[in-house]
Amino acid sequence: MTDTPTKVIVDCATGESTTVPLTAEELAQRETDRLAYEAQEAERKAAEEAKETAKASANAKLKALGLTDSEIAAITA
Amino acid sequence: MELIESKTLGTAAASIEFTSIPQDGTDLVALYSIRATADTDTFNFKLNGSSSNFTQRYLRAEVGSVNSAARSDDDFVTSMPKSGFTANTFSNGSLYIPNYTSSSNKSISEDTVSENNATDGRLKINAALWSNSAAITSMTFEAFTGNFATGSTISLYKITKGSDGIVTTS
Repeated sequence: MTDTPTKVIVDCATGESTTVPLTAEELAQRETDRLAYEAQEAERKAAEEAKETAKASANAKLKALGLTDSEIAAITA
Repeated sequence: MELIESKTLGTAAASIEFTSIPQDGTDLVALYSIRATADTDTFNFKLNGSSSNFTQRYLRAEVGSVNSAARSDDDFVTSMPKSGFTANTFSNGSLYIPNYTSSSNKSISEDTVSENNATDGRLKINAALWSNSAAITSMTFEAFTGNFATGSTISLYKITKGSDGIVTTS
């Protein structure tokens, strides 16, 4: 059995602190937020990888044209 | 700057919420030293219980990577040391919200660092906007998975304009 995650509530008016289980609604929202974050991170990483792949492909084509590494660096930096 | 409340976890918890934030300040500041129990370094930030209507741009630096991106999934996410990072180390983080009782949208700046076994120091800087006209009455930090580790501390402060007795406001 898994314990329900808890929330610590600090009441700034009284200074009192209480610990309560997250509600079903809060747990669902937490999961929704996590999935949205992971989806966007996956999208960002895929875009970065695609950019790196395109860069490597472009470099290879420039080399095939006869450019040296320093010449490629000079025009792509 | 005046301390409103500070909380150090005696037991790990998934979420820490400050409620009934006094409305007599001008700016809000949160300083935090936190750590995840799970192998996930992200946590979510909510205002008035809402994780919606945030837009965010971040700059993140870690070993082998520096990247910046705008987030469009509506919530405001930032980082902390995850379970495999140097034992017993906690993040240094700060968050600033000016004019938190105003009826305008709220701008947010945030920065945090963490350290990983002397091989990786991480930095993240966030700029965000919460598009909501409500005065901020509560603030929540929520781990996406697992908990904030025992010993994690969050302190909430308010800054009141003119309160230093030197600057006169009108």
